[in-house]
Amino acid sequence: MQDSASTPATPPYLRIERLKKQFGNFWALKEVSLEIFPGEFVCFLGPSGCGKTTLLRAIAGLDIQTSGRIYQADKEISTLPASQRDFGIVFQSYALFPNLTVSDNVGYGLVSRRMPKVEIATRVADLLRLVGMPDAGPKYPAQLSGGMQQRVALARALALSPGLLLLDEPLSALDARVRAYLRLEIRHLHKRLGVTTIMVTHDQEEALTMADRIVVMNQGVIEQVGTPLQVYREPGSAFVADFVGKTNLLPGVVVRPGLVRYGAMDLSCDLDIKPGPGSDVTLAIRPEDVVVRNVDASAENTFAVRVAEMEFLGSFCRVGLSINGAKPALLADFSINTVRDLAITEGMDMLVGLPSERIRVFPGAPKLP
Amino acid sequence: MTQVAAHQQVAAADAPPTRRRLDRDDLLMRGGICLLIGWLGITLILPLWWLLSKSFQNQNGDFVGLANYIQYFSTPALFASVWNSLFIAFLSTAIVLPLAFVYAYALQRSCMRWKGLFQALALIPILAPSLLPAISLIYLFGNQGFLKEWMFGVNIYGPVGIVISQVFYCFPHALMILLAALSMADSRLYEAADALGASKTRVFFTVTLPGAKYGVISAGFVIFTLVITDFGIAKVIGGRFNVLATDIFKQVIGQQNFEMGAVVGFVLLIPAVVAFLADRIIQGKQVALLSARAVPLIPKPERSRDNWLFVFCAVVGSLIFVLLAMAVWASFVTRWPYNLALTLKNYNFGDFDTNGWSAYYNSVEMAAWTAVIGTVVVFVGAHLLEKTRGFAAGRALAQFMAMLPMAVPGLVLGLAYIFFFNARGNPLGFIYATMAILVVNSVTHFYTVSHLTATTALKQLDHEFEAVSASLKVSLLRTMMRVSMPVCLPAVLDVSIYLFVNAMTTVSAVIFLYSTDTKLAAVTIINMDESGFTAAAAAMAVAIVATSASVKIAHLLITRGLERKTQAWRQR
Repeated sequence: MQDSASTPATPPYLRIERLKKQFGNFWALKEVSLEIFPGEFVCFLGPSGCGKTTLLRAIAGLDIQTSGRIYQADKEISTLPASQRDFGIVFQSYALFPNLTVSDNVGYGLVSRRMPKVEIATRVADLLRLVGMPDAGPKYPAQLSGGMQQRVALARALALSPGLLLLDEPLSALDARVRAYLRLEIRHLHKRLGVTTIMVTHDQEEALTMADRIVVMNQGVIEQVGTPLQVYREPGSAFVADFVGKTNLLPGVVVRPGLVRYGAMDLSCDLDIKPGPGSDVTLAIRPEDVVVRNVDASAENTFAVRVAEMEFLGSFCRVGLSINGAKPALLADFSINTVRDLAITEGMDMLVGLPSERIRVFPGAPKLP
Repeated sequence: MTQVAAHQQVAAADAPPTRRRLDRDDLLMRGGICLLIGWLGITLILPLWWLLSKSFQNQNGDFVGLANYIQYFSTPALFASVWNSLFIAFLSTAIVLPLAFVYAYALQRSCMRWKGLFQALALIPILAPSLLPAISLIYLFGNQGFLKEWMFGVNIYGPVGIVISQVFYCFPHALMILLAALSMADSRLYEAADALGASKTRVFFTVTLPGAKYGVISAGFVIFTLVITDFGIAKVIGGRFNVLATDIFKQVIGQQNFEMGAVVGFVLLIPAVVAFLADRIIQGKQVALLSARAVPLIPKPERSRDNWLFVFCAVVGSLIFVLLAMAVWASFVTRWPYNLALTLKNYNFGDFDTNGWSAYYNSVEMAAWTAVIGTVVVFVGAHLLEKTRGFAAGRALAQFMAMLPMAVPGLVLGLAYIFFFNARGNPLGFIYATMAILVVNSVTHFYTVSHLTATTALKQLDHEFEAVSASLKVSLLRTMMRVSMPVCLPAVLDVSIYLFVNAMTTVSAVIFLYSTDTKLAAVTIINMDESGFTAAAAAMAVAIVATSASVKIAHLLITRGLERKTQAWRQR
């Protein structure tokens, strides 16, 4: 799944080949292969237990894989201990040494390098300035807020100028406001330093806003690798469609290539349908792609619905639409503008359309939640 | 998907799992664990093995199978001690447990006055050798006791005296566990029970007691083990009432029958091991009742309850005070009960025992070495077990060996040391009858509690410190010295004080191991008491309490100073 964002000519900085990890009888990673290019910001995204942290820890050498190979900068590092690999790491818990000052924390790795004291002080000051905390040096971690502690952890991870920066859910312990702010800061930092970065997260918004490429994982396999836009617009599987953003997953049966029956309706889809006629499929369409303005009753994929329930969400309304008076089967997001212009209220009957180029079809019936 | 899974299983069966190459830290730490296993092997496992094999030999060292055991169980005089020991242990447990529970409840869950005073008073006996209450009882109710008529003719020398002394001796140990068990509670549970209209009794039995259940069980086992393995009390006030602990002593020291001593030792090991295993199994079932979101319970004043609990604590506290004060007073009295003028002559230990004060200094020296060496071994060992990656088998073995000393009574360990270090051809035999063997014995005897304290402290550190160190190319040894140890300093001090106080007061672990040059204070108490110098024995007991108490107070002051100094980074 190569994408256009990175130039295919450059060799990958990190190459993961058929990595597997077993815990007892449980396979946390089931043959994962992946390439990460120099200077990329990659997010491993998935629900808890999907193997994203296991993969990160294997890359770091903290928990060795059961089988498979890892290459970093053209060197095989599969069996190297963490102390002999080249990476900086930031944890959700910050893992700052509580009895050392911020300066001593940041300079912790430099001291062992037998660098002269003056050089260490300069480097530490530079790093603290880099993360926007030039005056925090003499303080102890406990005197800083969570967001500040995480910046210190970031500075410490960057102190030895590692070739690879690993971030293990770095923002999950912070409150929403700090999280949004630090998200941006990390992005800027990455742009400035250009260090290849991998971040593990379960937060799709974080992944969408920060990553150059997202690796969506589920149950130990990679479901999709792509840019945020690709992952959102062209989800590679029903799981991705459902996990990243909000999606209607509808059961359907293939009638013929380009046509799927949903309930009593035939919906045409522009995209190729791989399963043959008669197979069960899952139709995926995002709520914001449901069209309600200027719908022509005779056009394809158009049908009558009733507004069963409305949920006000600020800038838009999420509307539950029922077809043939049954329970709401389809969610649609209508902007407040639309709701006002069309005077949409609960119980109202109207026509909606599903643009054929926006419907995605995945093999197999939808799994019940 | 099933095909993929099948394929993976095949692959897993074919290729051995990838192994991480070991770095210097790994080798160092695995080496360290091997050293720890070696240390505990030499100081614990091998001596116990020697003891076991001795019990199957006759006096000439020939293997005689179960002959010694058959002789033991067919000699009523010996076998009766088993029932005596069990009887004393069960009775003492049954008395201490409810007393300590109510006392702990009063301290943690009421608003009565003088809580600090009551807590300090109840915990003082922990600083005293077990012999002290027995000596006090002799002064109060013995042949020349001034409250003798209160006994209505019951002889204090025997089960009555033993049980009262044991209650005094075990009370603070049980209290500490129960204080911890009752220290935390979720006030939301109590509010819910109130809202549902539950009566106070019902709340107690459905919320309070279940919450402290594991503490109560643990306290019960601790009391039982303490009583059944204690030697000093039965020796001083037991009279003709034989228990297992005194039997070992009589067989070994009195009759020089080492083989029978080994048999009794193993018989004594059984209840201790059973109690230990039962406790481990039950504690293993404990689940955290308090979630991180619990709202801590703050007791509200309640007039009548607080008053009743105050009266209860006052009575129990006074009894403890009387027993303590009696020993102190007796140590200053010229000639009990004829001349009650105060004097210091009972502290001229040279007049009563050839070793005089040197026994006291030996004790201090031994306790100090035990504290220093023990703390280093325990903390480095616990750190290795906590932070080593992989090496599961080695870690499990070392962990098991670290837990084992808890189940081994001091007398049994001491006896095992005689057999092992005195064995012909043992290259370590040179430490026999030196200060070193006393220190090694004490470190091993008190290993488990120290190890658990150290482990608990180390577990509270962030688990990723080692990962961060590795990524920063800093050796784990450096991180241990620079971060783990400083952060755990309060626990380090706790462990060293625990070792010091226990080494200072113990009798059972060292009674077989001292030589004329290394006689210890607690042992002198027994000797002087046997020779009829009860006042001097009381004086020595008081000297021990005073020393332990001073060290404990110094510890409190140092800890407070440290807290102030490290406040900047400790606050949360």
